[in-house]
Amino acid sequence: MHENKWEMVIGLEVHVQLATQSKIFSGAPVKFGEPPNSQACAVDLGLPGVLPVLNEEAVKMAILFGLAIGAKINTHSIFDRKNYFYPDLPKGYQISQFEYPIVGTGSLTIDLENGDSKTIGITRAHLEEDAGKSIHDAYPGMTAIDLNRTGTPLLEIVSDPDLRSPEEASAYFRKLASLVSYLKICDGDMSQGSMRCDANVSIRESGSNKLGQRTEIKNVNSFRFIEKAISYEVNRQITIVESGHLIKQETLLYDSEIDETRPMRSKEYSNDYRYFPDPDLLPLKLSEELINSIKNKLPELPEFRQERFIQEYGLTIYDASWLVEDPELADFFEATTESSNNAKLTANWVMGELIAALNREELKVSESRISPEELAELILRITDGTLSSKLAKTAFEKMWEEEKPVDDIIEIYGLEQVSDDDEIKAIIKEVLESNPKQVEQFRQGKEKVLGFFVGKIMQATNGKANPQQVNTLLRILIK
Amino acid sequence: MDPFIEINAIRKGLADGEYSSAEITKFYLDRAKKLNSQLNSFISFCEEQAIEQAKNADNKIAEGSSGPITGIPLAHKDIFCTKGITTTCGSRMLENFVAPYDATVVERLNKAGAVTIGKANMDEFAMGSSNENSYFGNTSNPWDTDRVPGGSSGGSAAAVAAGMIPIATGTDTGGSIRQPAAFCGISGLKPTYGRVSRYGMIAFASSLDQAGVLGRSVADICLLLSQFGGPDVLDSTSHPIPDNWLSSNPKLNPTKPEAKITIGLPREYFDQTPNLKSVEIAMRVFENAGCILKEVSLPSTESAIPAYYIIAGAEASTNLSRYDGVRFGYRCQDPESLSDLYQRSRNEGFGKEVKRRILTGTYALSVGYYDAYYLKAQKIRRLIQQDFLEVFNKVDLILCPTSPGVAFKKGALSENPVEMYKQDIFTIPSSLAGLPAMSIPCGFQNNLPIGMQLIAPHFAERKLIEWGHYFQSLTDWHKKVPELS
Amino acid sequence: MPKIDVEHLSRLAQIGLEGEELSELYENLDQIMRMVDQMREIDTTEVEPLAHPLDANQQLRSDVQTEEIDRELNQAMAPLIEDGFYIVPRVVD
Repeated sequence: MHENKWEMVIGLEVHVQLATQSKIFSGAPVKFGEPPNSQACAVDLGLPGVLPVLNEEAVKMAILFGLAIGAKINTHSIFDRKNYFYPDLPKGYQISQFEYPIVGTGSLTIDLENGDSKTIGITRAHLEEDAGKSIHDAYPGMTAIDLNRTGTPLLEIVSDPDLRSPEEASAYFRKLASLVSYLKICDGDMSQGSMRCDANVSIRESGSNKLGQRTEIKNVNSFRFIEKAISYEVNRQITIVESGHLIKQETLLYDSEIDETRPMRSKEYSNDYRYFPDPDLLPLKLSEELINSIKNKLPELPEFRQERFIQEYGLTIYDASWLVEDPELADFFEATTESSNNAKLTANWVMGELIAALNREELKVSESRISPEELAELILRITDGTLSSKLAKTAFEKMWEEEKPVDDIIEIYGLEQVSDDDEIKAIIKEVLESNPKQVEQFRQGKEKVLGFFVGKIMQATNGKANPQQVNTLLRILIK
Repeated sequence: MDPFIEINAIRKGLADGEYSSAEITKFYLDRAKKLNSQLNSFISFCEEQAIEQAKNADNKIAEGSSGPITGIPLAHKDIFCTKGITTTCGSRMLENFVAPYDATVVERLNKAGAVTIGKANMDEFAMGSSNENSYFGNTSNPWDTDRVPGGSSGGSAAAVAAGMIPIATGTDTGGSIRQPAAFCGISGLKPTYGRVSRYGMIAFASSLDQAGVLGRSVADICLLLSQFGGPDVLDSTSHPIPDNWLSSNPKLNPTKPEAKITIGLPREYFDQTPNLKSVEIAMRVFENAGCILKEVSLPSTESAIPAYYIIAGAEASTNLSRYDGVRFGYRCQDPESLSDLYQRSRNEGFGKEVKRRILTGTYALSVGYYDAYYLKAQKIRRLIQQDFLEVFNKVDLILCPTSPGVAFKKGALSENPVEMYKQDIFTIPSSLAGLPAMSIPCGFQNNLPIGMQLIAPHFAERKLIEWGHYFQSLTDWHKKVPELS
Repeated sequence: MPKIDVEHLSRLAQIGLEGEELSELYENLDQIMRMVDQMREIDTTEVEPLAHPLDANQQLRSDVQTEEIDRELNQAMAPLIEDGFYIVPRVVD
């Protein structure tokens, strides 16, 4: 592929499930993993005569998001019906916003791998209802419909076609995920489909201003897959164009198992959605007062926090951006640092041992078996010399397993570093005496054997001797 | 017992122990069932539940904890969902549909102690002006059984007119309460859009549909409406501010409500009416009562019908998408594929008129036609509303005929949809504007009733009711009853 | 007035019209749209469309669960149910 000959033009539509208690237009619960059709009430089922009533919290969440991306909040927005037939769409239309969305133009800045950052335009964000689920492989010849998800509030965030590579697309998706968890408007559980992404992909000759025919990849729900799906699709398009054919406008599904996109059969007949204002819902008018009250609730956003971490704690850009992505992790770091008084060491422990332990057991930060205070205690024991960094790792593991404070663990397992000069001297003498040959070798100038002695001494102290102290004393005593 | 008795008289009978609610319920059930073979005004009866409700009402009356309509029998148009009782909406599609909930209107009336004896016939999905579009057979006009009762609340109107029930609920989208009330010689009120909750009332055109009442008198209507109007959290288009006058269950005086109101007579409505004589006599009644009559103009009237059929069709076309044979309702035999399931279920489950409206609406919303039809119709709707708002700067009420003619013969218009649509010319404009309007009997032509229509500004139901009641205290057209064999 | 493609409309509306009914509906629609076309004569430049008769704000509900779901009741009138799922002929995505 001629990397430089072609430029990719990518826009993403990200659907964020809003973390409300009840559905967007009904009082049914929003819960996942429940028996089929046990979470869908008459309104969700589209039974005759029922009416939608908009959830106030969903509106507030949309406003909060809009404010966070510096967007204009439209004080007058309209809910429309998007009409199409599908068995998991009970009413035969989806309530969405078409011409007048609640959130207008905004932007989001992403950090690229090379350290640059890039601002991606956001065209709009609007509220809509989620559809149910169709299960095609459970009953032979039949499709089974579960409408539990129907009516889950969605915020659809539409980017400008500003993304120029699969990596940028993935970084943007990741940044959005981070933002919505900062705002606490989404639970961020990607495996449950709480964030899903459609990608509009086209290619054009580098330097051209014309947009190529685009295809749409539907419903990708991981950062990694969006990158792979776009890569595959771009290559497919280049191959088609370079062989002198035209790209067909179509809707595609990405199959992660074989890493391929394929046309979506159910979308073959391009739909005429017949959008029009939903007569069951009057225009949504928002007061400046409401918008301002929500503005006051805006939390510190990731880019500001990152900057603060660099300034306040002296972290590197890399560490800071890594830590702020997940607000819970960043909170954990800050809480630990407050007691440990050592930001760099704390950052290392949080990004190292803590993350490794959480990942091992697939736990969220909030489910950590070690609290920030406990981790800070551990770090304090390193800085005051009680624990060697090696034994500190052992202590961390024991603390994790037994959920006990660090001092108890040191006590139980005798992990305290031996720093007593006389005690160490006595051991060194003993080791020197039982290895006269090596002592002789050192005296003849063979510096290397020092390592041999350090090893022996540490062995003799079960690794508890302070290594620096051992080195210093050894050099004195061996002469 | 006189079946044509007004509700206040029934209340008195119940209070005085002249009869129990169970007795009058049984009386109306028997009469309605007997007359139904002739008139077909009911799709179903719910005898068991009715008797139970009546007994509960009797207990309340005995305890002294009864309200204004405790123990009063009524019928619901079969468009209102009733928990545990089939709600068909006049369609094969919903032949076996039993809603798991009550419409707000039904729930409030049940709570107030009313007794539901059955579900009234109607044009399928309320689409029609003659009740000839019901899957369950057409309803006959009690004044002449060869004629239609009007529609779409034709079952409710015929049942009240024939004394099968003292009062009934109805719905009005473009005249579906007022026109059948006029054809059957009874009173019918369509409240302001938003005055009554639409929850559980099967939708035809959501920005137009409004529940109301068909009754023997304005006083009866007022009494019933006072029990179910007002805001509802389940309908976000219901008006959030209650009508305190109405909900206080007002006592209506037969004396003049207020001095010197001005009544507007829209030129465009009178230009093309053969029924003028009766309406003119009604005008004199108001004039003699000291009202000022004033000719006014509603210039956009003529474009109301096309605008209405586009807007109502567009809304209906998507309101009726949920009837897909998946979760409830009619499903075709042995569907071969999903599209076969959809296409046959909907083709077999819907009647002709419903299909016409769905296709009209689909057309108006489809790509390339939206601006020319749907948007254009919305703009005309604005002009029509502005016409009314301007007129209401000068007058308090508008008086006009309810319908261009008296009840027509069955089959006379059923082959010609456009001629049928034109029957609604006098009721559609106020529907588009969302105004409250009422039809009141004002005379006869060849032994067929004629109705006049009063239209009031938004949320001025009080004016309609007080003046309508005053009119009925001076006239007795509403007391005429048909001879039934 | 352009010729109305009733077949296309019936596909959009998922109503499987056939034969005589199709041509009859075409006649009806043609007649209805001719009547509707009188709207063209009305000047509506600078007229704001009116989607709703009342110039009101949308009423919202607070975010609380108010519904208790009785699946059995909801599915009592469903044409085909299997293990609590609604069942339709196989769809290919």
